Amino acid sequence: MTASVSIDKMGIRFGSVQVLPEVSLEVGAGECFGLVGESGSGKSTVLRCLSLLLDNWSGEARIGGTSVRALDVMTRCRTVQMVFQDPYGSLHPRHSVRSTLSQPLAIHKLDAVEDRMAQAMTDVGLPLDFLDRYPHQLSGGQRQRVAIARALILEPQVLLLDEPTSALDVSVQAEILNLLQRLRAEKGFTYLMVSHDLAVVDHMCDRFAVMQAGNIVDILPRDAIVGNDARHPYAHELIAASLRYERAL
Amino acid sequence: MTLTNTASQPRKKPHAQWLRAGMNILRFLLHSPPSAFGLTVLAALALTALFAPLIASHDPYLQDLGNALAAPSRAHYFGTDELGRDIFSRLVFGARITLTIVFLVTIVVGPVGLFVGSVAGFYGGRVDTILMRVTDIFLSFPSLILSLAFVAALGPSLNNAIIAISLTAWPPIARLARAETLTLRAADYIAAARLQGASPSRIIWHSIVPMCLPSVLIRLTLNMATVILTAAGLGFLGLGAQPPLPEWGAMIATGRRHMIDSWWLVTFPGLAILSVSLAFNLLGDGLRDALDPKQMNKR
Repeated sequence: MTASVSIDKMGIRFGSVQVLPEVSLEVGAGECFGLVGESGSGKSTVLRCLSLLLDNWSGEARIGGTSVRALDVMTRCRTVQMVFQDPYGSLHPRHSVRSTLSQPLAIHKLDAVEDRMAQAMTDVGLPLDFLDRYPHQLSGGQRQRVAIARALILEPQVLLLDEPTSALDVSVQAEILNLLQRLRAEKGFTYLMVSHDLAVVDHMCDRFAVMQAGNIVDILPRDAIVGNDARHPYAHELIAASLRYERAL
Repeated sequence: MTLTNTASQPRKKPHAQWLRAGMNILRFLLHSPPSAFGLTVLAALALTALFAPLIASHDPYLQDLGNALAAPSRAHYFGTDELGRDIFSRLVFGARITLTIVFLVTIVVGPVGLFVGSVAGFYGGRVDTILMRVTDIFLSFPSLILSLAFVAALGPSLNNAIIAISLTAWPPIARLARAETLTLRAADYIAAARLQGASPSRIIWHSIVPMCLPSVLIRLTLNMATVILTAAGLGFLGLGAQPPLPEWGAMIATGRRHMIDSWWLVTFPGLAILSVSLAFNLLGDGLRDALDPKQMNKR
């Protein structure tokens, strides 16, 4: 169950501001593709457009060869899921883990609810008795695991990761990244991951795109980071800055 | 992290969570003196209403013109009114009327306000504009004046008073629910629910209403004092409960004529209205603190 993602000339404007002029990219099935760039460069907007959380964009986006707009809602939900940046804001504060996970199953009228929830909890490495906990009884890392479990439970093919670790502690970041990598190896997800941390991209992604002001200025393989092989001046500068920062640590 | 398998154990019953939450709220309320006072008065009111025939010493409608305007005594705890009816018994039976008004107004106003507010806030745009302008129209009249107009149009009776109060009490609730919804609408968990294919009605019911409920509940409790006062005001003006119903406001209105020489006619119904309104206000304040989600499920 893997699917490729292709975005062709995606553009969106909010009022008079052209946030994305024209973005095109191809992600192979089972690949992990990173999107990096400074704040406000439109990285998250690409994910929100692709998942149709924003739908007034122009251009075309295909998942597994089918246009996302042509997919009916239920199929789309079972194809694409998203993990959000802030685990404190992405879980409903008054829903227990059990109801967070059982809602999507109820919406899609899936059977074997208990088994599916148990499977998702095991997949993200949480004990089953956490099902009866509420978000405020979980740590940040545990919350993000629940958010990932919620994304997994509909068995999607593509996972959109919107800075999944930036709100977490460094040691917890590593845990979550390793979890995401293990899940990709086990289930063959296609990842489209937004990050502003090149170390995370280096750890996770096969290729990545550098965005500036809504444009993709360069698409590079992972190996380009260490030697800084970027051709575009902005991408070059970004990677150099990140390398300098890492050396300074 | 250790993996423990509890799937084989029987699932905890869902109502256990609610029971625990309820007990926690109750314990919290009883810990602070003001809300404990409010809770006690309201419990006493509810018990009085429930067991009115047992508590009342006389028939509240029984007239005894030979014993009219009798001062408080062993035979008539709170004295008798101008028709010789026992005021204590009338107050006890009046508790039923007060509770009926409060209960009916609340179950009409709460859902209507919550529905209008959350729908307007969630959909935004034209739906929001239309619903909020309607709300504005209702809000632009003082509520007592608007209730007066409604009762005048519908005809004076207790039921019409309840309808009139409900019609004027929902807009603040709707405003509150809308404001809450607007702050929630952009939350990531709403986006996540959308990505799971949840319909708008499911998102409103499952995600937005639970978040609005505590503040709406607090607002409703604080509103009850106003509702009681408005009902008493309508009764006082002769537009609410009609004689011989022992409604507290109406009792004050008829007692007014004899107020100078028979102070007990207005004092006791007045004290009843005062203490019940105060109790609702104190309880509302206590609920505001108690309904914090972190307090609610603390184990």
